[in-house]
Amino acid sequence: MRQNRMALIDLDRAIGDGDHGENMDRGFTAVLGKLQSTETETIGDVLALVAKTLMSTVGGAAGPLYGTAYLRASKAAGTTLDAAGVADVLEAALGGIVARGKADREDKTMVDAWGPASEAARDVARAGGSGVEAVQAAAEAAQAGAVATEPLTARKGRASYLGARSVGHRDPGAQSTALLLDAAAAAAREGERG
Amino acid sequence: MKKLINDPQAVVAESVEGFVAAHADLVVSSGDEEKLFVSRAGGAVSGKVGLVSGGGSGHEPLHAGFVGLGMLDAAVPGAVFTSPTPDPIVAATVAADGGAGVLHIVKNYTGDVLNFETAAELAELEDVTVTSVIVDDDVAVQDSLYTAGRRGVAGTVLVEKIAGAAAERGDDLEAVAAIATRVNENVRSMGVALTACTVPHAGKPSFDLAEDEIEIGIGIHGEPGRERIPAASADEITERLLTAVADDLQVASGDRLVLLVNGMGGTPASELYIVYRQARALLEQRGASVERSLVGNYVTSLEMQGASVTVLRLDDELLSLYDAPVHTAALRWGA
Repeated sequence: MRQNRMALIDLDRAIGDGDHGENMDRGFTAVLGKLQSTETETIGDVLALVAKTLMSTVGGAAGPLYGTAYLRASKAAGTTLDAAGVADVLEAALGGIVARGKADREDKTMVDAWGPASEAARDVARAGGSGVEAVQAAAEAAQAGAVATEPLTARKGRASYLGARSVGHRDPGAQSTALLLDAAAAAAREGERG
Repeated sequence: MKKLINDPQAVVAESVEGFVAAHADLVVSSGDEEKLFVSRAGGAVSGKVGLVSGGGSGHEPLHAGFVGLGMLDAAVPGAVFTSPTPDPIVAATVAADGGAGVLHIVKNYTGDVLNFETAAELAELEDVTVTSVIVDDDVAVQDSLYTAGRRGVAGTVLVEKIAGAAAERGDDLEAVAAIATRVNENVRSMGVALTACTVPHAGKPSFDLAEDEIEIGIGIHGEPGRERIPAASADEITERLLTAVADDLQVASGDRLVLLVNGMGGTPASELYIVYRQARALLEQRGASVERSLVGNYVTSLEMQGASVTVLRLDDELLSLYDAPVHTAALRWGA
């Protein structure tokens, strides 16, 4: 998030108010600190800690939306993350975001990244792939979903006020979602290599 | 970027520190950086409904400037242009509760709504009864079906003033919320930006506007609502704003009104009065009478040049509540 802070600010300047990169950087810097200073036992514990930290540091619309996503993910997480487990976690996160933000697909929001991501993970699970493959597929689908927001007209959030003028700009929330899942995929690959 | 700041990350904390030091007779700060809020110096008023508002910083004097007698009990400043998180809102809500419950006055921005909604649920766990009123006075947003709905802009000041007076006279929570809703139903606003502003942590202007262009129908961050047009005279711009506002409010002959011409931070008072002059003339042409006026910087957008026009339709009760004593850093009369 820190590396992409300015890129997200620029995406948000185009169709929002330019605070998304700053807020995400602040939130995930706090998450890193909390994870280093707090004992966590389960995957659910880690995700719940991330949820609480984001909710209490990010603010704006992204704070409650990502906070709810991680909270629902923490409840859905089992003891291991195989492909089905990854799909369960991503579906729960998506459900939380939709419930909080009341956005649908193609409203030009982070739902356009979380939706394809959770479907891609489920496809890998059905095909008998591994957990790492599921996260990887989710990250790629989220990035494609973020790119696919460019031609859309925003119907939710700050960008909706631009109407047709939001066309041609990538949604910053969809892009930060892609960054998160990309980081998760990188961590999973590293974990696999051990 | 040239700004009178020390560190972009410290803007809100240092500004609040100065604010409470300058107005120590009126306000105190929670002093807790993670749960930062400003509240009345005397603490919660026993038996009185508490009024709490808040939102991203950068709109000063909104909201901390309106904490005091006859208006808000607490204000929660988020990061610049970013709504506060639930934690400080809950802390402010608990601090503002005098036992009669708390009204949250929330501007209709997705982030503000989500964080206040969460905070209200958490405050109930602390045994504070919370009711929320969403302010959405901005007529620039035409089709709420495909947007997040009308934004809350400068009309928020009038909601806070009048609901604050109702709370001060002893109305219960339901009645104060009803008054706030009534003000919201009778107030409309629209704004214009001549230049963008620069958010300290972004370091460059929030949007690009050519030298000969203006943005009509902006929100309080400069985000657009209607159209980008070539620069025009003050009278032409004012007519566009006022007509949209008065048409939407259906201002009719005999209506009694408050006219608020609000500066966005970078426009001199002289220009605001030029806008006021034309807006008032247009309202009078419609046979309405402007009973009360406010001209100045009340809901700003950092150093953005521009203004907004707000019209509130009064009835006898709203007028007497508007006139009731208020003593805050940014608004004071009768006390």
